Amino acid sequence: MTLEELLPGSGGFRYNFAFLDEGAKREVRRALLKAVALPGHQVPFASPELPIARGWGTGGLQITMSLIGPNDVLKIIDQGCDGSVNAVNLRKLLVATTGVRTTFDSREATILQSRHRLPEIPLKPHQVAVLQVPLPEPLRLVEPSEIATRRMHAEGDYARMWVSLYEDVIQNGAISLTAGYPCRVNNTYIMSPSPLPRWDLPLLNGAEHLTLLGAGREKRVYAVPPCTSVQPLEFEDLPFTVESFAGMSCARCGSSGTFLDEIYDEKTGLSSRVCSDSGFCVLVREGAIQPRRPTHG
Amino acid sequence: MGEHADASLAERIGTGAGVLLSVLDLEKRYGPGCEACLELTGPQRSTNICPRCRSVIALRGVSFDLREGEILGIVGESGSGKSTLVQCIYFDQDVSHGEIRVNGQNGGCDVTGLPRSEKRRLRSRLMGMVYQNPMQGLRLDITSGANVAEKLLEADVFHFARIRERATGLLARTEIPAAFVDRLPRTLSGGMQQRIQIAKALANNPPLVLLDEVTSGLDVSVQARVLDLVRELQRELGMSMIVVSHDMGVIRLLADRTVVMKDGGIVEQGLTDQILEDPQHPYTQLLVHSTL
Repeated sequence: MTLEELLPGSGGFRYNFAFLDEGAKREVRRALLKAVALPGHQVPFASPELPIARGWGTGGLQITMSLIGPNDVLKIIDQGCDGSVNAVNLRKLLVATTGVRTTFDSREATILQSRHRLPEIPLKPHQVAVLQVPLPEPLRLVEPSEIATRRMHAEGDYARMWVSLYEDVIQNGAISLTAGYPCRVNNTYIMSPSPLPRWDLPLLNGAEHLTLLGAGREKRVYAVPPCTSVQPLEFEDLPFTVESFAGMSCARCGSSGTFLDEIYDEKTGLSSRVCSDSGFCVLVREGAIQPRRPTHG
Repeated sequence: MGEHADASLAERIGTGAGVLLSVLDLEKRYGPGCEACLELTGPQRSTNICPRCRSVIALRGVSFDLREGEILGIVGESGSGKSTLVQCIYFDQDVSHGEIRVNGQNGGCDVTGLPRSEKRRLRSRLMGMVYQNPMQGLRLDITSGANVAEKLLEADVFHFARIRERATGLLARTEIPAAFVDRLPRTLSGGMQQRIQIAKALANNPPLVLLDEVTSGLDVSVQARVLDLVRELQRELGMSMIVVSHDMGVIRLLADRTVVMKDGGIVEQGLTDQILEDPQHPYTQLLVHSTL
């Protein structure tokens, strides 16, 4: 029996809308409400069996499944790209179980599920960003015990996180973290925006949209509500910086103020840079929007 | 008006500085406790385990004042409650009963009931601790410099260059060679680890430093150097200290005033010279005579 035969309209057994049963959705929504009320605080939730292995985007998937309605427009990206295998699989599953419309244009989407990137075009208040998170606990690197990290969050005891940044500077001359750079949310909890690159953190700070983050393996959600401060940890004399793409531009659309991926051509041995946000790149090439010029970095 | 009158009185009678820390009727119990606990334990009964409910009364009715710039010695045998006392003051342990007042904090009221985050703030700004075992006071998996930096970061100092300067400066002051600043303490000797702990304890220039058996694990020549360092630093910086030791020699060398503890209670307190030359309590007499 294939998935197709089990899906709505095929006559036989039918999955619920968006796969999860209503009880499971309510459980996720309850956790999300708490997460929105406590920006950056990780809220555990009870997770049912899923048709995709944990660690493959199931945290974000469950959030999307519990929020999505028949009129939503969905965009799913992985590393900024609509065509990555993980994005394609998750999109197929959600379309098959909901029948919603999908889009590659981030401006049209009402729910945008992503791993690794936010779209280059800032999201609007009616849009929800759902991020798939592999490592939700920013303190895990410095403290293996879950009981201890919860206490540290509760008491705002973040000295050890800072010590790890201090050691990083001692060893590498600068804070070398790229993805998952720890941020202070709403001047309270430290959050891992994993695995967003540093580039995207200014997009989260004071953003107009709601960001929901879900970790499938750890079964936890957390959130950055609209208009909430997200401050990357920085020393007073070593300000936070984003990735630099100075002097580089996208080989496809010509933008030079976007987050660029390096593409290596095995035959010619040459490498070129292209926009990580494939939806944005397509819009520029179609002439729908102007190419980006450097604004930061 | 009242405060001024008190201050001038203090000056007149020659107590010098004001009181930094007051400990009032402190009690620490491990176990369920019963009504007879306090009656059936203590120095008179020569035990701190209640025969009825088997609770351990680690501290009972401990009261003393610590003045600014003063070094207070706490002496007593193993199990007398010395370490428990400084751990209670450093908020490593919660007290069962009694008060701790710190000058200028919480309006001069008891601080034992403060939330843990408040206690941490108070501790990271006002106190430094040197434990007997460096494993307790240092994290051996981060560099020596980072251990000192941690204390500064706890107190919300976030200027990297300043942290670095303070950490290297303090480690130099405690005779840790510059080459060892970015090494893991695990690779250093016990004496050096102890000196890193001292540097860490002093990082925020705290008015109160607690030393719990700092020299007990060290050989004699290293002991002397660590004690010299402690004494020099205290003269230079003028902070108050509580020095816990079972070694009368350490107490004689460092402490202005001494508290003698036995089975969780204070049996005698007074000027160190007085305690050493003219001990009143039989236990103190035993202690003094067995070491001299």
